[in-house]
Amino acid sequence: MVTDNKPSLVTLNVDGVEHQVPAGANLVDALAKIGKEVPHYCYHPKLPVAGNCRMCLVELGSPMRDRATNEVVMENGKPKIGWQPKPAIACATTVSPGLHVRLESPGVKACREGVTEMLLLNHPLDCPICDQAGECKLQEYSAEYGRGASRYVDEKNAKPKHTRLGPRVTLDDERCILCSRCVRFTAEIAKDPVLGFVNRGSYNTLTCFPGRELAHNYSLNTVDICPVGALTSTDFRFKMRVWFLKQTPSIDTESSAGANTTVWSREGQIHRITPRQNDAVNDTWMADSGRELYKAVSAPNRVLRATVKAAATSLESALAAAAEALAAGPLAIVASAHSSVEEQRVLARLAQQKGAKVYVPAHRGAGDGLLVSEDRSPNFRGALVTGLTDRAADADLKTLAAEIDAGKVKSVLIVRDDAAMQGLHAETLAKVRSVVLATHQSVTTAAAEVVLPALSVFERSGTFVNCQFRLQAFAQAVPGPAGALPDLLVLAKLAGVDANGVWADLAANVPALAGLNGALLPADGVQLDGSAWSALPFPEGKLLKFAPATRA
Amino acid sequence: MAIKVVERRPLSLAERTYLPQILAGLKVTWANMLRPPVTLQYPEERPAIPTGYRGVPTLVRDPNGREKCVSCQLCEFVCPPKAIRITPGAIAADAPNAHVEKAPQEFEINMLRCIYCGLCQEVCPEEAIWLQSQYSMTGTSREMMVNNKAKLYELGGTLPDGHYKWDRKKAEAERQAHGGH
Repeated sequence: MVTDNKPSLVTLNVDGVEHQVPAGANLVDALAKIGKEVPHYCYHPKLPVAGNCRMCLVELGSPMRDRATNEVVMENGKPKIGWQPKPAIACATTVSPGLHVRLESPGVKACREGVTEMLLLNHPLDCPICDQAGECKLQEYSAEYGRGASRYVDEKNAKPKHTRLGPRVTLDDERCILCSRCVRFTAEIAKDPVLGFVNRGSYNTLTCFPGRELAHNYSLNTVDICPVGALTSTDFRFKMRVWFLKQTPSIDTESSAGANTTVWSREGQIHRITPRQNDAVNDTWMADSGRELYKAVSAPNRVLRATVKAAATSLESALAAAAEALAAGPLAIVASAHSSVEEQRVLARLAQQKGAKVYVPAHRGAGDGLLVSEDRSPNFRGALVTGLTDRAADADLKTLAAEIDAGKVKSVLIVRDDAAMQGLHAETLAKVRSVVLATHQSVTTAAAEVVLPALSVFERSGTFVNCQFRLQAFAQAVPGPAGALPDLLVLAKLAGVDANGVWADLAANVPALAGLNGALLPADGVQLDGSAWSALPFPEGKLLKFAPATRA
Repeated sequence: MAIKVVERRPLSLAERTYLPQILAGLKVTWANMLRPPVTLQYPEERPAIPTGYRGVPTLVRDPNGREKCVSCQLCEFVCPPKAIRITPGAIAADAPNAHVEKAPQEFEINMLRCIYCGLCQEVCPEEAIWLQSQYSMTGTSREMMVNNKAKLYELGGTLPDGHYKWDRKKAEAERQAHGGH
């Protein structure tokens, strides 16, 4: 476990009350830490400061000093505060010792009301059809700081609506308040500066550079950081109002980067996936590709029923058939880096009992240097930590296929993997007794003797270990198919172990997980010590918060 | 406890003929026969519905025939018995009301759940849902008691519009597109 060094503190006086805040912090962040919200649109803690919305205007002051003696000037036994004659923006202010801030003075309130009135001059009355309603900063601050009625008598400016910015982002220019968060994100984080402002004054308009579009794999982050409903997700557009959606913490399973996510669902149906802040992993970002993973949950080729020799049956009888098939002779296990730490531990126990050889097929893809890594499975490090495997992932399953052909293996358990894609073809699989635990139908499930339905990451809970050896939890967002059990319970029944005792086992017997409980992890996870596996050749390159170990 | 026997008084001659009692009863009958009736011959006759009556919730169109609901789902949110279920959707780009962008694909009100509280009408920002004078809902199955979008518009009809918010916005945008104000 890594402990943060305590930052030094400075004293900040907010509306006459003294608070201790970290030195060098941004004033907006520092005030947020002590529970004081400074309204702001353009400021974002992970982006450069632009200071163009003017919503965070506050009054600043500091103790006055005598010019001759440099002594603090006292007044009625207290230091005399010299207030700056004009308000200043909090987002461009760094806290300094003795800084005095007024958040609730009449002047500050007048500033906020003025800014809000300005922003609402040309803002359309679109709230009933706007997807941002319910999570819109302009809506919230208008209610809190606005004047309630418009004094504007002229016609509102009409700007382009329903503009396609890219394959996944739709722009409504009328709603844009020109905060430039999206412009800064594409330039600074995504390193693909395609957005900019054109025209002047009231006609100032956000647009893409000519001939370009907002198409990179991080484009939907601009939708997340847009404080109003100008940038909307084309996929989520007009699907559901956000106040109906239940938020569940989850992990992006598309790669070993392990971006933290929030799954938004209503009545068992997932409507969108957004990033969840974790400063050690993904800041506040995630890739667009990870947001579409929920569509696989209701894919037509989902495995919904247990089958034995292609005949649908109950899970109980399929489990009995599976146990019988696994006992047929020498067993090989094709484990998965998509299984959770708990499932991998139970599988490791099963492998120990049966003396089975374990293969963990590799899933590789191109990394993008941000939040999609070369290892396209979320939990290969988990397979190492739980003792399921002790070597690098297998590039393919040709070794296993050769062993089957040689008659050394009589039964195979394949967990969450389309082994046919890895070189274990259907005709090879037909030579042995086979049990497959799968979420989706594939060549492998078609060839398998027993097929058990598995649950997707959104339908079960557990933990993953990402490429930084950070243990992170994901929770169940929606119920799985009727009659299907979580993978952990299915594997525990096959292995004959107690599924509830997995963490007691892990905490007691795995040094890296000593004293931990997967159900009680902090929201941003726990950093594990992965030095025991530093000699293994991991495929990951540099990521947003991860640098590959330099090998001597 | 001691039992006290009460002697029953013998009936008089008039009482034994029953005539005074019959006449007294007939007096009430005749008096009511001459009074104007206070009941209605329901269902042939229907009561006059006062303004502000909270009948069956309905969806309405504006006088231009535009469906007013934009599926903001505030009624679905506010509905205490959760009787409303909306499937939102986009309006096709070539539709006459494409400038509104959003409309319900399906809109269901379960009249077995509805408690006629009128919160949906109160919360509607588009003045699209109205509890009108219809008060009688019958059906022989649960499905028949769920009003779908077509039925809701059939029940609602057209109501006057004081704003024409979307049409005015469209006209302004078209004027500005041609350089005018």
